[in-house]
Parts: sequence; structure tokens; C-alpha cells
Amino acid sequence: MKKLMIGNQAIARGAYEAGVTVAAAYPGTPSTEIVDGFSKFEGVYAEWSPNEKVALEVGFGASLGGARTLVTMKHVGVNVAADPLYTMSYTGVTGGVVLVSADDPGMHSSQNEQDNRGYGKFAKLLVIEPSDSQEALDFTREAFDLSEEFDSPVMLRVTTRLCHSQSLVEEGVKQDVPLKEYKKNEAKYVMLPGFARLRHIEVEKRMDRLRDYVETSPLNRVEWGDRSIGIITSGIPYQYIKEVLPEASVLKLATVNPLPEKLIRDFAAKVEKLYVIEELEPVIEEQLKAWGLDVTGKDLLPIIGEYSPELLEQVLVGRTAEPPYTLEGSIPGRPPLLCPGCPHRAVFHILNKKKLTVAGDIGCYTLGALKPLGAMDSTLCMGASIGTAMGMEKARGIEGSRKTVAVIGDSTFIHSGITPLIDVVYNQGNTTVIILDNSTTAMTGHQDHPGTGVTIQKAEAPKLDLEAMVKAIGIRRVTAVDPINIKELEKVIMEELAFEGPSVIIAVRPCALIDSNKYPPLVVEKDKCKACKACIKIGCTGMYWVEEEKLAYINPDLCIGCGLCVEICKFDAVVERAVM
Amino acid sequence: MSANTTNILIVGVGGQGTLLASRVLAQAAMDLGHDVKVSEIHGMAQRGGSVVSQVRYGPQVFSPIIKMGEADVIMAFEKLEAARYLSYLRKDGLIVINTESIDPLPVMSGADVYPENLEQKIAAVVPNTVIMDASGIAEECGNIKAANIVMVGRVGKALQMSKDSLAQAIKTLVPSKAIDINLRALDAGWDFMD
Ligand SMILES: Cc1ncc(C[n+]2csc(CCOP(=O)(O)OP(=O)(O)O)c2C)c(N)n1
Repeated sequence: MKKLMIGNQAIARGAYEAGVTVAAAYPGTPSTEIVDGFSKFEGVYAEWSPNEKVALEVGFGASLGGARTLVTMKHVGVNVAADPLYTMSYTGVTGGVVLVSADDPGMHSSQNEQDNRGYGKFAKLLVIEPSDSQEALDFTREAFDLSEEFDSPVMLRVTTRLCHSQSLVEEGVKQDVPLKEYKKNEAKYVMLPGFARLRHIEVEKRMDRLRDYVETSPLNRVEWGDRSIGIITSGIPYQYIKEVLPEASVLKLATVNPLPEKLIRDFAAKVEKLYVIEELEPVIEEQLKAWGLDVTGKDLLPIIGEYSPELLEQVLVGRTAEPPYTLEGSIPGRPPLLCPGCPHRAVFHILNKKKLTVAGDIGCYTLGALKPLGAMDSTLCMGASIGTAMGMEKARGIEGSRKTVAVIGDSTFIHSGITPLIDVVYNQGNTTVIILDNSTTAMTGHQDHPGTGVTIQKAEAPKLDLEAMVKAIGIRRVTAVDPINIKELEKVIMEELAFEGPSVIIAVRPCALIDSNKYPPLVVEKDKCKACKACIKIGCTGMYWVEEEKLAYINPDLCIGCGLCVEICKFDAVVERAVM
Repeated sequence: MSANTTNILIVGVGGQGTLLASRVLAQAAMDLGHDVKVSEIHGMAQRGGSVVSQVRYGPQVFSPIIKMGEADVIMAFEKLEAARYLSYLRKDGLIVINTESIDPLPVMSGADVYPENLEQKIAAVVPNTVIMDASGIAEECGNIKAANIVMVGRVGKALQMSKDSLAQAIKTLVPSKAIDINLRALDAGWDFMD
């Protein structure tokens, strides 16, 4: 019987059926559900690694140890893992390795829109792209065979719209793949220059073999139709083409690196007008142009953003969708925001109040950049906050550093915040770092990490002691505070900024969505409220302002009783419901 | 798009249960032998942002997303979101609006105002508008959070889906302690008199 599955679940299933026994990942939208789902199968090992580089290195080791191995990450995660990746292309594999790169055209939940097919080209990997959940399962399975056949990691490139779309899937039978024998082979696995030079020759030979393979790969397919238009496409845009130009001839590519030259030339010769439809970079188009083919693509369609059926219809058919019904007037936007009771809010309230310069990082707390909190000056990539604050100090001197903090989440700190903090100690910066320890990786849906003391399979694990670790690095001043206690928080921040030398403040309070402490919802006492709106200005969705009454109200369905507004109110007007 | 594909656009605010509603509808459509695709949003937008999920079913479905002007049904869990996505409704399509309003940040901070009487304004241009206090009905069923399933009941009936299939889908998708409340919510939505 067929099942409905999101693409990510289908990938997990495909890996399981292929006999994968080890999987490693760091969470990141839109990839997170893959290894999370995989971890629930019987008899497999799965882990949340501290970051993507570690995940891929664990994958390398598991493969060397003879197991089929799945490693998944979002597109920017591959940047973090790029170092082992490029050289794994040289060593090749023992057990098959599939690296899933989940790209995010349209930046639904990302800081950039990079196209990771480019990694395939530069790291010299076979890159395969599915178009729906069934293909996600089938191609994942196939990718493990191909990885072993061509002695190389294979990249499965997917996008948000595939990862998070459900379609029908027929599950297959799980293969039992015996663990491969371990044989020491330093010429293949120790990448000293002398060995690596020889491996590079193997890589180029492999590329030749892959170029032959893709010409006849059963994963690619031609769907002949009207030959006046020929479309070369892959991934999710294939589905849009089938809606918008059902009559057209289509070359549906699954192997997007290397590209099948003969197959493409043959297709091109048989159609009148040739288009390449691909989201983001003109990866396929540029190769076709380099081969001297006359092709239309990015001259009509954008490099920026996610495609949609109406966009393709407008460009290829010349038909613009006219909405049958419209309303007059504008509709206020609804940006994402910090949840009611989010402990990050208290920290950004103080940073805003003190008008500090904030080197930010990536996580839910990046929303602290938005009004009314508006307390963030930069966000680049995971772990960047601490190095950024250090660099600003080196540029502007110690006076600047007395007004600058780095703010970083607990998961992000473990991911890539430790090495820059070592830099601060070693090169004697004065950086003040605030670690927002909400005991989870909230942004991506509450995954555990080394600081939570729980594994992906919900088993107990040694809990990383952030305070002890920071001290071990050489930070002498480490203070833990509950951020809801804003007076104490403000005092500590101001003291540490004034102090000459590095310091770390750990703001400890669980994410409101996982906090097992339950506090009763609060209420505003009407006669005590002086309409100063201080509580409204913290931007909590649990509070709202009624202009006619000049009164602040608390929504009891949303308030979780964190008490931040109690701390904020100078007139003691916010109290527990029970007190009223 | 193919005339025999049914397109349902589900819009709301992160945390209102659009994902569950789309999964229940999709599962029920699948049980009736249709090809089905669902597009969901996970991640950043779920943090109180505007969210949309889409369900498409029919003999063969390609795109997981619906074109503007082609939704047979819009299920709006919140009024402002109903207005935001109105352009997706096809001519003579059905829009079901929950009367709940949730102020977005620009409104809370006073930078913008929440438009008044949105549901009436929509009803004035869309002949096939259903306005329901799904949140209130859900509260009567035992939990305000079941508003999504109240709406599923109303829409499932309009689309002549099988109520048994919807109930079955709820039983497989909802945690066991919430099944009874959600089944009551399904009934209440199914029997709702406009
Ligand atoms: C290299 C990389 N990997 C993964 C992500 C996805 N991602 C964004 S923030 C984040 C972690 C957030 O956790 P934490 O720092 O604890 O902050 P919280 O969201 O809990 O406030 C992740 C995994 C990313 N943006 N970049």
C-alpha cells in the first residue's frame, strides 16, 4: 500500500532500505526530518553531531569501517563540511556514503540562497536530484549502490519544496548489506601529498566513468511530446513544467553532475526551441552554452528565488494569472516573531535599552533584530558572532568593545562558537559574550545537542557543562543568570562590559515551548495600569493594547506566565491571575 | 491546471495547526484512491509568522503548489490570512473563514492597523463565503486548538469527502489522548449550519 510521505521521510526510508546502519547530521531547515526520521528505525545508529563537519567526518569513519552511511545537512552546512568533503572525493569510500544537501531557494528559513550543485562540480561528485517523494526514496537507495560502484560519496541534492512536500510512496524491501571488511589501505585513505597525487588521477578517471554512466543512467528520462519546445529540467521545476506545458518534450535530468552530453545534444537536435528550467544558478545552462548549444534560460527566468507554476506560465506561455477576487487596501505583514514567554526577549530588551552594539548569530534569537527589540547589528553564519565582536574591537579599540556584545545560542556555540572564543582568550580581546542557553536547538524544531544531555534517540548522555568548558578555555569571568530577572541581567552585562578582559554571561532558561515548569498566566490590574506601554514595547504576543480603554491586556490563551512583564512594569500592575 | 484536480489552500498563523489539517485532508483523499500532493512549511515561518499549506488531489497531480486563482477552497484559520491569500481562490471557489483575529507585530506595535470587518469585506466580493467561529466551536468540543479540525469538517463536507476517512485519518495522526476531542470537532464542523 502506498503511503504519504514528505520528501525527507522518503529519503530516510530509502537509506534504511539501502541497508544504511550509520547516520549523522546537524539540524538545519529543510533537512532536519531526514536523520530525525531515520533514527526511529530499528537496529540503526543515528546521531546529532555538534556540526556538519563532524557529521561528515563520522560518516567518513563509518564508511571506512565498512558501513553504508547517510549524512545530511542544509545547504550552508555543506560549507562547514566542505573541507572533509573535497578530500573524501579523493579517498573515496568503503561503505557507500550519501551526503544530502538540502538547498533553500526562496530562503524560507536561511541566510542565503546558494546552489550546492556547484559543490558537485568542484568536489567532482555525482549529484542526483529527485522530483518527488517516490524518487527521493528510489534515488537514495540507488545512490548507495552508485557510491560503492564509483568509489565516491554521492550528493543527493534536494530543495525545500521537495523536502517538505508529501506525495505517495511505495516502500520497498529492506536490503541487508553486510559490513564490509576493514582493510588498512593508507595509499587510499591517508592523504599525504604523495598519496593524494595518485588519488587525484583516480578522481579524474572516475569522472570519465561517471560521464559514461550518466549517458545511459535509468534515472534520466526523455518524455517526448510536441517537438517545437524542448525543456531540460530537474527536481521540483519538472513538476511545474508538467502543469504549465503538458504537451512539451521534456528531458528530465536526475544526474545534474556530471551532465550527460550525448543525451542532451541528441535531445537538443530533435527539438526546435530549447529551454533549460532550473532554480537558482544557471548550472546546466552554462554547461550547454559551453558545448555550443543554443539555449534559453536565465535570460527569461530569474536567478533569484523559488520558481512557481504561475511564474513559469507567465514566462513560457505568456499568460498572467488574474486573481478572480481581490480586496481594496493593504494587509499588514506578519513576520515571524519570538514566542510569548521566550527567554531571548528579556536579553534583547536589555541590549536595546542599553543601546549596545550586538554581534549576532543564527537561531530563534536572530528575531531579536526585528522591531520593537531591534537589538542586533550583524548576523552572518553560525558561530560568527564572537569573531565579529573581536574584529570590531581590533578595528575600533577598547572603547568600542565596552559597548559591544556577542550573542550566541547554546546549540550555535557548540557548533562553532568555541574556537572563536579561544581566539578571544589567546589574542587578548575584551569581548563580552552572552550565551543564550535555552537547552535546545529551538529554531529547527527542538533537537537535542551535547548541552542537553539527551541523544537523538532520547537516551541519556553526558551533559556538556558550558560554564566549566568556558573556564577551561581560559575565560576567568563566567556568570550564569536567569534572563527573566532583568535587573540582575542588566547589572551583570554592564559589569562585564566595563571589565577589561574577556567574559562570558550564560543566560539560562529553557525555551518556552519545552519548559516543563508551568507558571499560571498573568493579568493586568486595570486600576494600577498607568498606560505607559512599557510592557507593550517588549513585543510579546501574549500582550495587546486597547486604545479605547488606554489599557494593556494579557491574552490568557497565549501567556505562559514567564513574568518578564511583571519585571518590566514599574507600577506592579501585572499580577498572577490567582491574585486577582 | 487540470480541471479534475482539487486544490485546497490552508492558511493561518504559525502554531494554529495548518500542518495537521493538511495531513488529515490529504490522508482522507488518498484513502479515496486519489493521487495526492501536499506542500508544507516548516522552520522559521512557524514562529508566529504567516503560514500556508496546500493539498492537491485528483487522478494525477504534478506540482505540490497551487497557482494563483486556482484554489477550489481556501481554509483560513485567521481573518487577516484569509485576506492575504484571497488571490489564490478560483472563480466560484469556497472560502471558509474562522472569525479569530491574531494581531501581527506591526499591529501590536502600532505601526499598522488591523483592517476592520475583514470577513464581511470578503463575503461582499466572494459569493461562496462561509464564516464560522471555529475556535469557539472547538472550545465547546473541549479544546480551542481543535479549531483546525472543525474547519476540516466543514470543508470535507463541502468537497464531499468521506467523513469516515477523515475520522480514520484523525485517529492515525492525532495523539491518542486528543482523538475524542478532535472527532467531536470533526462532527461539529461537518454539521455546521452556515
Ligand atoms: C551551518 C548551519 N547549519 C545549520 C543551520 C540551521 N540553524 C540555524 S540556527 C540553528 C541553531 C539554533 O539553535 P540555538 O543556537 O540553540 O538557538 P535557538 O534557536 O535555540 O534560540 C540551526 C541549526 C544554519 N543556519 N547554518
